[in-house]
Amino acid sequence: MLWQALTFQLGYNATLVTLGAMLLGVAAGGTGTFLFLRKRALVSDAISHATLPGVGIAFLVMVAFGGDGRNLAGLLFGSAVTAWLGLLSVQWLNKNTRLSEDSAIGAVLSVFFGAGVVLLTVIQTMSQGRQAGLDSLLLGSTAGMLFSDALMIAAGGALVLGLALVFRRPMTLVAFDSDYAAANGSNVGRIDLLTMGLVLAVTVVGLKIVGLILIVALLIIPPVTARFWTDRAEKVWLISGVIGGAAGYLGAAISASAPNLPTGPIIVLVCFGLFAISLFFAPSRGALSSLIRHRRFQRHVHRRQGLLALANGHPIYERYTMRLLSQEGLIRPDGVATKSGERGAASAMLDERRWRLLREMPAHEDTAASYDGLSDLETVLTKDQLHELDMKLAEVTP
Amino acid sequence: MSKATHLTLHDGQSAEELAHSPLAVRGLTVSYGEKPAVFSVDMTIEAGSMTAIVGPNGAGKSTLLKAALGVITPLSGQASVYGRPLEMERHRIAYVPQRASVDWDFPTTVLDVVLMGLYRELGLLKLVRARHRQVAMEALERVGMEGFADRQIGQLSGGQQQRVFLARALAQGADLYLLDEPFAGVDAATEKAIIAVLKTLQSQGKTVVAVHHDLSTVETYFDHVFLINQRRIAQGPVAETFTAENLQAAYGGRLATAQLDRLSEVG
Repeated sequence: MLWQALTFQLGYNATLVTLGAMLLGVAAGGTGTFLFLRKRALVSDAISHATLPGVGIAFLVMVAFGGDGRNLAGLLFGSAVTAWLGLLSVQWLNKNTRLSEDSAIGAVLSVFFGAGVVLLTVIQTMSQGRQAGLDSLLLGSTAGMLFSDALMIAAGGALVLGLALVFRRPMTLVAFDSDYAAANGSNVGRIDLLTMGLVLAVTVVGLKIVGLILIVALLIIPPVTARFWTDRAEKVWLISGVIGGAAGYLGAAISASAPNLPTGPIIVLVCFGLFAISLFFAPSRGALSSLIRHRRFQRHVHRRQGLLALANGHPIYERYTMRLLSQEGLIRPDGVATKSGERGAASAMLDERRWRLLREMPAHEDTAASYDGLSDLETVLTKDQLHELDMKLAEVTP
Repeated sequence: MSKATHLTLHDGQSAEELAHSPLAVRGLTVSYGEKPAVFSVDMTIEAGSMTAIVGPNGAGKSTLLKAALGVITPLSGQASVYGRPLEMERHRIAYVPQRASVDWDFPTTVLDVVLMGLYRELGLLKLVRARHRQVAMEALERVGMEGFADRQIGQLSGGQQQRVFLARALAQGADLYLLDEPFAGVDAATEKAIIAVLKTLQSQGKTVVAVHHDLSTVETYFDHVFLINQRRIAQGPVAETFTAENLQAAYGGRLATAQLDRLSEVG
């Protein structure tokens, strides 16, 4: 079943949903990157929760004009309007009061969401309109998705992605160094508003599939995941889009492959799965490689400390150092240095003396600055340099 | 223009002088709360000079620079650049912010940061081409950082970070360089390298303005000084303006007497 879902063989609706979810994922991952780089991830939470009253108001307006209130474009337009108001409220509170941005987000998020819940509750008791299922925009629902819905999601996603591509430089620059951007004539406030506007657009477009509560995950997890794999903003952006797209595609396919698997939550879980893999296994920033690097360094330090203690005839207190030295055959079980231990100790001691001299020599300023004081000097100096150093050392200490 | 007129004519500078000044600020007031950080300051930077903006902590040095550039919005006052409104001549200015003002864990490489100096030229749609990269690499060479182009910026030392920021400004090819505390927290070698670059810029006819906190190096590094403590205290050539009397006026009781003694001996 999953294979058929992945290869679009589960029928018209499932295919529409899978393609729509994939494009939404790409757009969310790409746009969310700028939010993440600007360190304002939580603003998206306020934006998404502020869509709810708009859904209710749009429904009421459409019913008042004689419709059944279920036109998706109308509902999304309404949600965009209140989300924009919510965003402006956060900006205003942050700028004009002593509230910090996180408090402003908390206040706006809960008030707007509360108002939305009240509206929806009132709507449930009405006799006009087709209100059943309106609350599916909370967690998303792909049942009965129309071709026109999919087209709207696709067009919205593509538009957002295109705008993000065009404005990637100013948005990245403002995120990295807003003072410099302003000094170069960028209008930082307007660029921030653009970033948030794109996030808002993705949120609104994503209401149908993922729902307003979970869209935040699709905006934030992909860039955070991408950050594990690269040190360049451009690549974070690209990888984040790919991760978002993959999560949308896989998640929608998985949910289509079995009954009773909700699409939005599954997409988010797939996204989290990709995050967890990256967290542990990414090559340089991943937890596993950090741990290995730290262990290796620790070993390096203890080995050197142990050898120097041997050379100076100092006792070794650290259990780990003892174990390490005896594992490498540098000391006997009773703590006395073996032949190779003595050689190692002497060479470590020589390096110490060489280094002390090296640090005083202006010619080696760069080497002295970059040397960690732990590794063998043979690894940082050439044979000739080392020879020269030893000649000097012989002069100083007859 | 004799040196003496420099000192006396601060508020009533001639129109011609203003027209040639790379950066002229008039009646600038900036306030973060109810207390102005900078109050009604006039500053006229002389073309081709190297000017230090000097004053105690919290005297409004960085604020003055940022407000002159429109990074923060002043309560009142104006800035003109080469005699024209700031917006029209912005492309002739390169700004080097304080190193501590950005997050150095940001996912970007040294070369990418320097390329930011070309964003204005690149606009929204132009792609970064080989010649842009070459301009950036040349800027890195001038600060001795060409070997670090592909490093993530977080792996650099403080001094190296400052050099990268300077390289980004150099890549802009500006006429006026404004630096905010370029020597804060950098090693001696970097300080030497930066001052050499700045002196080269000056010899090419560029103008350099730097917020500076180390009083002991003002006389060796700069030829003009602007003393500020919320209000303008004095401005002019270092030899005439950087006096114990003016420093006392700027720093009040906060300046170590030893430093004052040394200065009065020199003076």
